[in-house]
Amino acid sequence: MTNEKILYLGLGIFGIVGPILFPDYTLQIAMLWIMVLMASTWDITGGQMGYNSLGNITFFGVGMYVCAAIQVSMFYDLAEYTASYGAIKPVFTESEYFIGLILGIVAAGVVCVGLSLLLGLAVFGLRGPYFAIGTLGVAVAMREIVTTMDTVGGGAGISMPFLPLPIEYRSLFFYVLCFLLAVAAHFTIRWMFSTQFGLAANAIRDDEDKAEAMGIPTLRYKQFGWAVAAFYMGCIGAVFGNMSGYIEPQNIAFPLPTFGIFMVAMALLGGKGTLWGPVIGAIAFHIVKETTWTYLLDWQYIVLGLVLIVNIVYFQQGIMGWLKSMYPEKFGIVVDKSTNVSKGDA
Amino acid sequence: MFELLFVSAPIMNVQLLLEGIFIGSVFALSAYGLALIWGVMNVKNLAQGDFVIMGGYCAFAVYQLGIHPLFAIPVVIVFMFCFGWIVYKLIIKRVIDHDMFVSLLATFGLSLLLQQLLNLVFGPEVQTLDSQYGVFLLGDFVTVPKIKIISLVIAAAFATAVVIFMKRSRMGQAIRATAQDARAARVLGIDTDQVYAFTFALNAAICGVAGVLVSMIWSIQPFYGIIFSLRTFAIVTAAGLGNLPGVIGMSFVLGWFEQYAGVLAGAEWQIAASVFVLIGVLVWRQIQARRHRQVVR
Amino acid sequence: MSENIIEVNNVSKAFGGVKANVDISMVVERGSITGIIGPNGCGKSTLFNSIVGYHPIDSGSILFEGNEISHLVVGDIARLGMLRTFQQTRIYGEMDCVDNMQISVSHRPGSQATMFASRRGEIRERAEQLLEFVGLYSKRNLISGDLSFGQQKLLEFAMALMNEPKVLLLDEPTAGINPTLINGLIDRLRRANEELGITLCVIEHNMRVIMNLASDIYCLSNGKMLASGKPEDLQNDPRVIDAYLGGH
Repeated sequence: MTNEKILYLGLGIFGIVGPILFPDYTLQIAMLWIMVLMASTWDITGGQMGYNSLGNITFFGVGMYVCAAIQVSMFYDLAEYTASYGAIKPVFTESEYFIGLILGIVAAGVVCVGLSLLLGLAVFGLRGPYFAIGTLGVAVAMREIVTTMDTVGGGAGISMPFLPLPIEYRSLFFYVLCFLLAVAAHFTIRWMFSTQFGLAANAIRDDEDKAEAMGIPTLRYKQFGWAVAAFYMGCIGAVFGNMSGYIEPQNIAFPLPTFGIFMVAMALLGGKGTLWGPVIGAIAFHIVKETTWTYLLDWQYIVLGLVLIVNIVYFQQGIMGWLKSMYPEKFGIVVDKSTNVSKGDA
Repeated sequence: MFELLFVSAPIMNVQLLLEGIFIGSVFALSAYGLALIWGVMNVKNLAQGDFVIMGGYCAFAVYQLGIHPLFAIPVVIVFMFCFGWIVYKLIIKRVIDHDMFVSLLATFGLSLLLQQLLNLVFGPEVQTLDSQYGVFLLGDFVTVPKIKIISLVIAAAFATAVVIFMKRSRMGQAIRATAQDARAARVLGIDTDQVYAFTFALNAAICGVAGVLVSMIWSIQPFYGIIFSLRTFAIVTAAGLGNLPGVIGMSFVLGWFEQYAGVLAGAEWQIAASVFVLIGVLVWRQIQARRHRQVVR
Repeated sequence: MSENIIEVNNVSKAFGGVKANVDISMVVERGSITGIIGPNGCGKSTLFNSIVGYHPIDSGSILFEGNEISHLVVGDIARLGMLRTFQQTRIYGEMDCVDNMQISVSHRPGSQATMFASRRGEIRERAEQLLEFVGLYSKRNLISGDLSFGQQKLLEFAMALMNEPKVLLLDEPTAGINPTLINGLIDRLRRANEELGITLCVIEHNMRVIMNLASDIYCLSNGKMLASGKPEDLQNDPRVIDAYLGGH
């Protein structure tokens, strides 16, 4: 589809050229890619499979902490470091930092995959609202557990190692990481849903009992889908922790009332259950968020909450859904123009 | 530990048991309200805790004017009832027929909105309202703030009033009829939309009263709402919808569990304890359902 | 030698105080078309649900190809080769017909449908062939939820065939179908049985259909097995006639 190729070209060019043309906005554009990743991975189990999780942010936070713990403990005693509340200011050589970071990101992803499988045992027997509430509970529980763990700084958090690069390259470095992760996530999802996996996921969404009755091993698909989401969320959490320079459980690692719900809002806005819906939704949402920030300040989150409600109540099909209903042929949907009356031969 | 177990233990147990009952009675109010709208309209209100906190802040506003918070109760009932009615008409009504995640998400969005609004208006500080009633001494060692006893009495009285209303009044009967079979109720001439609006508004009022009590016997903060909501869900999920004694019992159990967790593991574990109960209840329900080869819907 | 592909031995199932199935025993011979009839509320659907593993049974045993299956869940039994269709016709309403067919491919170990199998290859070809078989080829790209009720029933049947089951349990396959289309459906059922070798077990209310289709028939009444035998025998059995007419 040429429309899609245009989108890829446009986003690709913007992704590569953006931070060069607008260096002051590098971190904002990096945030955009983070939002795209969050919305797209949420949609794997959410819009495509019908398992709407309110707790995917769990993996974001756990990934963040795993990476930080590895980065620091490779060269220092973690408990001492956190107890000093930033008095210990380690200086990492370039190789020390980057080895720690790479290992940290990989570990974050892997640990989150394992965590998703474990948590799946506790929540995949729940349907609909119960699954949403259960995953929300898990996220809150994880946040509270981390708050009590003094080795990782408890409520006070961890001060992150400083990136040993000239300051003008700092933002760009993290930008590249965010962009690459978002691209990797997108194409992983694109591939997954071009195979039988996509059909199985949609079958589970449309009628899980029927899928079970037809022999589809639904648990396996649910586990795999959530594991992929957990992996990328863990990785991006690790990167974000380093970007922000300081991590703590309430507002940075497990931001439930903000990013935790934004990923759902973005997928819904763009159109859940589609490949491009979450991407478009993330872009639209991020633009609105960034432009209203300067004008609304404290009222920003109230406005975003209202946007979420209005979206849910009045615009459920999202942008993609709306486009599909206006121009179905462009999306390969075939509409039966004849009347649907049962004739002699079906 | 020795002293804890052998000297202070009996006294502490009595203290904790009482605390559990006092806070449990407030949980029970919120849980009853949730069970009400869940049973009648199949709405799972994630903003339930935020309604409670909102009621608490109404009491706070009254308190700022120099009036004793207990006198806020009638004001809060009326205010929250109207608020609930408006929320129903603007939001709930339009998502009630859609799939269940949509209605849940709508209430979650409402929850976030309320949290941010309360934060903006009242600030993020934790507040507790001083009732200035002093304490009551039970024997020589157990101190019970008088306000907690008053709160228990008010909670019980209010709950009784609501239950009597549900049993005796025309609207109460209409609500119960609609809960059993909405279509049949409509055929018999009951305006189900009105019933739904009333039920949701009633729930908001119940939460409001619970909030006033919470503000005095515990504490309120704009972001406490979601934990309260999760607690309420745990209670209703464990007890089951039609089971009023079960709801009350489970509320007390949760109250006790939190108190003991706070003492045995530390205050920072109190919130985690209630969320663990929720997860535990959900896991237990799944195990139960699996025996019948079902899932938890 | 025809063996029994399904054996139901003294199966009982109660829901609370309601005894839906009491001590039911029956067999389904491999390659046959077996019918289950009986007035409304006699426990036919409960029996079906018990056989496919939808709920656990209170007592008795159910054998599939000689193996006990009463402790297995629906998914496991489906993967052993026993499928059922639903009275209210269940399909994947947001997906188009070809996709409905493709995902219905067998998920037994050793089948070509691995988790990430391609959507463009042999599976798709077979899907389109089967849609042709039931006469839905022209509708293959439509969203299945937009089809008429009769078309959805055919789709559900085609999906079952796609799965290559050994046994197919059909719950009232002609219910709600336009009478002019019933013959077409019966013909396809017979062809599935004869050409594809699928054993059928059919719950039916339409006497004309079941008496012509089935080789063996079981009649339930009030949760118990009332009578069984060849269609000719049951048609004239006074107990069967009484069960259907006496209940009104």
